[in-house]
Amino acid sequence: MQAKAKSAPKEPDATLRLYRSLRRIRRVEEEIARLYPSDKIKSPVHLSIGQEGIAVGVCDALEARDAVSGTYRGHATYLAKGGSLNAMMAELYGKDTGCARGKGGSMHLIDMRAKVLGTSAVVGTTVPVAVGYALAQKRLKTGAVVACFLGDGATEEGCFAESLNFAALHKLPVVFVCENNGFAIHEPLSKRWATDRLCARVATYGIPAKRFADSDTVAIRKHIEKALPKMRKGGGPIFIECLTWRWREHVGPGEDYDAGFRSKAMLAKWQKKDPVAKAAKALSAKQRAAIDAEIEAEIAAAIVFAEASPFPAIEELGTDVYA
Amino acid sequence: MSMRKLAWPGRIEDGRRVLKYVDALSEAVALEMARDKNVFLFGLDVDDHKAIQGSTRGLLDRFGPERVFTTPLSEDAMTGVAIGAAMAGMRPIHVHIRMDFLMLCMNQLVNIAAKARYMYGGQIKVPLVVRTIIGKSWGQGAQHSQGLHSMFMHVPGLKVCAPSNAHDAKGALIAAIRDDNPVVFVEHRLLYATEAFVAEAPFVVAPGRARVCRFGRDVTIVGISNMVVEALRAADLLKEAGVSAEVIDPIWLAPLDSDTIVESVRRTRKLVIVDNGWSMCGAGAEIAARVAEACAGEGPLQIQRLGFAPTPCPPSPPLEAAFYPNPATIAAAAYKLARPDAQAWAPDAAKAELAYQLQFKGPF
Repeated sequence: MQAKAKSAPKEPDATLRLYRSLRRIRRVEEEIARLYPSDKIKSPVHLSIGQEGIAVGVCDALEARDAVSGTYRGHATYLAKGGSLNAMMAELYGKDTGCARGKGGSMHLIDMRAKVLGTSAVVGTTVPVAVGYALAQKRLKTGAVVACFLGDGATEEGCFAESLNFAALHKLPVVFVCENNGFAIHEPLSKRWATDRLCARVATYGIPAKRFADSDTVAIRKHIEKALPKMRKGGGPIFIECLTWRWREHVGPGEDYDAGFRSKAMLAKWQKKDPVAKAAKALSAKQRAAIDAEIEAEIAAAIVFAEASPFPAIEELGTDVYA
Repeated sequence: MSMRKLAWPGRIEDGRRVLKYVDALSEAVALEMARDKNVFLFGLDVDDHKAIQGSTRGLLDRFGPERVFTTPLSEDAMTGVAIGAAMAGMRPIHVHIRMDFLMLCMNQLVNIAAKARYMYGGQIKVPLVVRTIIGKSWGQGAQHSQGLHSMFMHVPGLKVCAPSNAHDAKGALIAAIRDDNPVVFVEHRLLYATEAFVAEAPFVVAPGRARVCRFGRDVTIVGISNMVVEALRAADLLKEAGVSAEVIDPIWLAPLDSDTIVESVRRTRKLVIVDNGWSMCGAGAEIAARVAEACAGEGPLQIQRLGFAPTPCPPSPPLEAAFYPNPATIAAAAYKLARPDAQAWAPDAAKAELAYQLQFKGPF
């Protein structure tokens, strides 16, 4: 039934599952963009629309015991790993029922039950934290791995190099996932990198590195799935660089093409590779309709949940400063 | 492993064990590592033959390279690694042989360690200890003689401890390891050889409890880190001049037990704070402000801050000597507050040597 059948995951329902996850993330973020101008959400949102295929490809290969850490553009990572949608939506609204009880916002999503280790607004800061979490997994012999999501900008931070070296030295179970959308806020790679041979740089640490030119969800999933058994047995970290495109502006719900640094033509080129549309093609119209209806109902309920939830009591200002 | 095997022998005086500060540190870690398998110790050179000036000596042999290991020169990422391990339920102790290197850890300490529990809505805790040593003297120079504790006191979510003697070093380090929050544990190199009575069994010197080291009537002197030792020597000099000084050691700078200090100043009305750091926005400024706020409207109050000269630390011996407060400058300042109408007084210069100069021998 599907053009992509030969490279698709083996599980009979994987095609459905990948589509469901991709479509769900896309629609959640489109709804956030729709709601944002109402000012009900007072947390700066960094939408991952267009980039969902990477988080879904990686997270679908992981088990429940495995963890992820994400960036401030982390909605996709959080949702793909199983973070609660209700809690995320409530967090964006600053509500007490939010995943960080209204103290984190869009940039600090966490769900330790789903093993989402948290996302951070300071570029690169979660990279060594993910490595430390992986060190503990190795020492505690849990067999779990950590997928550490980072942007291309984070690779310029000193702690990125420090973290790669340490993870390789101690053979830690980390999948470094670079979501390379070519821009750090508004600065293109050409103004930031002397060469674009990121994978070659990473390989010198003794870490197997692979680039995915169009961030194909199924191909990424397959690659991670294949690497996991060896990593669980102490094989050490791997690195993937996934080229992708940020469809929306750096922060906020709007478009930013033709603002002087990115063109609409490039957006159109990447939209032809839309991971959601690609996954949809593998399904029948009936299958899609059923999944879409479920997703719309879930999102509507999450918005109702967020809007109906109470704000934290004022006393909460001072709680959880210390454990 | 028996407790006796983990304890350092020390020497016996009046039937009690006397232990060096440096050995109290490694004894504290040994006891906690034996008690809790999740405690581990890492940092550049913790496992080498000099073992962080002896403060991690013996730990590698007792607990093995999985729990006692060195790191690359990557202070920023190693702090993040410690945080990640702590988030996963372990209790890392990250060691730096000089406090200056904490500047390379600021991003992780301030942006992640301090705020993680809060900004993640209480979902995680970060039980991390950062051991760090203030250098000082023998020409250590501008980048190896800094007391930067006030930078960390500024940040909610961090705890800061600066013990001044071997007893508190052991008890406070055990408390820090058992604490569920990130603790910046500030040691002083010149205290390493100093001795105190230290019990063999584990005990805690809990956060937020200051110690009155000496009772007095005329003036309150608060010392920080090794300045407690110098303040006690100043109190001896003041006694000769007929002034009774109360000396207080906060031990923990965050949370800060200002109640004990306020209670003392309510009686003496005079406060000298001797910091082992610069005065500008320093620990002394915070203590002075708290006392002034607490005692507002209760009558006249005199407060004097002493600390590093407002320069980087120079290595040349006479310049370096003038850079730090010493027993004579502390005593003179306290005398001026205690006897405002008397002539200025300064103790015999021969008695102005810092405590370490009486016993310390080089080279470094």
